[in-house]
Amino acid sequence: MKRMRINQRTLVAAVFAVALLVLAAGCKKKVAVAPPPPPPPAPNAPTEVKTPPAAKPAAPRIDAFTAEPASIERGQAATLRWSVANATDISLDQNLGAVQANGTRQVFPSNTTTYTLIARGTGGMDMRAATVAVIAPPPPKPAAPKISGADMLGREGQDAFFDYDKSDVRDDARQTLTRNADLLKRIFAQDPGFSVVLEGHCDERGSAEYNLGLGDRRATAAKDFLVQLGVPADRIRTISYGKERPVCTDTTEDCYQRNRRAHLAPAQ
Amino acid sequence: MKTKLVPISVAGIALAACAVLLTGQQPQISGLITGGEQPKIAVPDFRGAGDAQKLMNGFNTTLWDELAGSGILKMVAKSLYPLDVPQQPSDFKPPSPPPAPLRGRVPATPPQPVRNGPWLTDWSGPPASANFLAFGYTAVQEGRLALFGWLYNVGQPDPATAQVIGKVYYGTPDAAGAKKVAREFAADILQQFGAQSLAGTKIYFVSDRSGAKEIWSMDYDGSNQRQLTSYKSTSSMPAVSSDGKLFAFTTYPGGSNPRIMIHSVETGKRLPFYNPVSSVVETPEFTPDGKQILFATSIDGWVQICIAGADGSGMRRISNVRAIEVSPKVNPKTGAEMVFISGRGGAQQLWHMNLDGADLGLLTTGEGDVANPSWRPDGQMIAFAWTRGYEVGGFNIFLMDIAKRVPIQLTHGTGRNENPWWAPDGNHIVFSSKRGTVTQIYTMLADGTNVQQLTTQGNNIQPVWAKGIN
Repeated sequence: MKRMRINQRTLVAAVFAVALLVLAAGCKKKVAVAPPPPPPPAPNAPTEVKTPPAAKPAAPRIDAFTAEPASIERGQAATLRWSVANATDISLDQNLGAVQANGTRQVFPSNTTTYTLIARGTGGMDMRAATVAVIAPPPPKPAAPKISGADMLGREGQDAFFDYDKSDVRDDARQTLTRNADLLKRIFAQDPGFSVVLEGHCDERGSAEYNLGLGDRRATAAKDFLVQLGVPADRIRTISYGKERPVCTDTTEDCYQRNRRAHLAPAQ
Repeated sequence: MKTKLVPISVAGIALAACAVLLTGQQPQISGLITGGEQPKIAVPDFRGAGDAQKLMNGFNTTLWDELAGSGILKMVAKSLYPLDVPQQPSDFKPPSPPPAPLRGRVPATPPQPVRNGPWLTDWSGPPASANFLAFGYTAVQEGRLALFGWLYNVGQPDPATAQVIGKVYYGTPDAAGAKKVAREFAADILQQFGAQSLAGTKIYFVSDRSGAKEIWSMDYDGSNQRQLTSYKSTSSMPAVSSDGKLFAFTTYPGGSNPRIMIHSVETGKRLPFYNPVSSVVETPEFTPDGKQILFATSIDGWVQICIAGADGSGMRRISNVRAIEVSPKVNPKTGAEMVFISGRGGAQQLWHMNLDGADLGLLTTGEGDVANPSWRPDGQMIAFAWTRGYEVGGFNIFLMDIAKRVPIQLTHGTGRNENPWWAPDGNHIVFSSKRGTVTQIYTMLADGTNVQQLTTQGNNIQPVWAKGIN
């Protein structure tokens, strides 16, 4: 039963569709048969159009108006550049006032700003705009890290060397200590809280007991020299390590010489 | 029963030493220790009853080494001993008279006595030719190891008069006990010959085996090595009071400048000591009475010798010269004079002066570098390290009679030899020697013989041989 009803409904729909097709075919045929008439011929043109008026002045014309760069950081400059023809009165807004026909102007907008160039003349006016975008600047760069006194001392400080069983300041040690004195003055000027330890060292050949005294002599002699050159004595503490802290342990004169030294180190 | 021996006296030793020193020809100073003639002693291996026998290898080695190491006895080689070894006095059997010659016959050789067992002449005659015989045995009784030890003077005609020592010693029934009784027996034997036993003495020294230089101590033979400080701040240069109760040293407390600290041996605790305000305070030294301390400290840029009370109070400057002066060592007998190292003549040399600064004099020749003086307990001789005849830093151990001032060289370039220190017996010297890359502590007899290594771990330096407090 149900199927029969569906069939009937389908049949009705089909008949209706066929009718529609027939109707549509009938309409098309009608349009093609009756084309529209051709347009009527143009009427006669008026006289003023045939002869343009010679006295009329040319209209002002802005050939170019640019902002370079188009975006800046606050505090930076942008340059407006323009070129105008046929104008008698040219001005920029944003309180920039009158300008010449061709020109440039540096601007320092603190926010994104649109500049309008207005050119007026007897022939009319022209205007054009240019925008300078101000983008937020990045956060300020961290200040260049201040080189600490300890770093400066480690980088530039030099050991002063001594002869075996001697605490006399040799010529080469004088030069070294003179450079160290300049360095210490710079460091102390920059870092008022900084102070140094002047270590006296010995090579391994003398006795431990005597070398503790000899290292003390070397540190004292080096300190006296620095103080003579104007380094404040109260910023230098001396200490002797005798032969307890060698920088090398070879049994060669080269190594012995490297260990017979006065060494500057940051105070703890 | 005990017979006191007087063949070798200390006076005889000193006289012999002086004779050698006066001539200045003999490089060796065996005479210093032994006198002209060393008593010859035979020490056959002792045996143990039952369980004690397994301990006897250690016992016999210890007894032999103690006696041989004293330097005052000549050890008769065991290969020369008779086969029949006594273990107790009753083993000695007098020989029977020789049998009467047969009638009508003249013997080719004189009649010989008939042996009945061990006899004194077995040892006094050739090939052993000993003067003395040590014998005895051990047994475990009532849970203890018992040593029955005798010393006989085999030159005597009769066992009844030959006995010098007859004593029982007790120890635990183990290797340690065997070592203990052997040492005690050896000490009693050595005492008969005027030698002081080193048993119970301590050697203080500096070792870096824990990672930092600390003060350590050990027995005189290298046993019982023990760490005494833990400052981790380069502690060195120990000194010990004459009663053995205090030790002082130099250290960098908390990274500060070098300072002197004093510790109690018994408690291990630090005692108050007021250091002077100075960039260096070093080389402490107790006076023999223990009431004062000498040290070296930086004054006006030069390390100088000062003296103060035992707690550092009342400091007084002794030396006053633009030179480095360290290592003051006070004569242990007089307490009034000292030797020290000074650069006042240029090179670092050995000097002497009184504690009041008077009677200044140079003891060494001015050659090379001198370091580490140490007094013999009798206050007559100094041991020290010297580079004379060697390259810079090539230290060797020397002795010098303080009155004669003739140096005697004990070591001869086997490593870098430093830090000599006299043993309480005046016959031994402990010292440090760098042989190869590490420095170790050794002992030797004061004639340079019988060198024994005491340490092996890390580097070990600056030994100080002191009285024990047990």
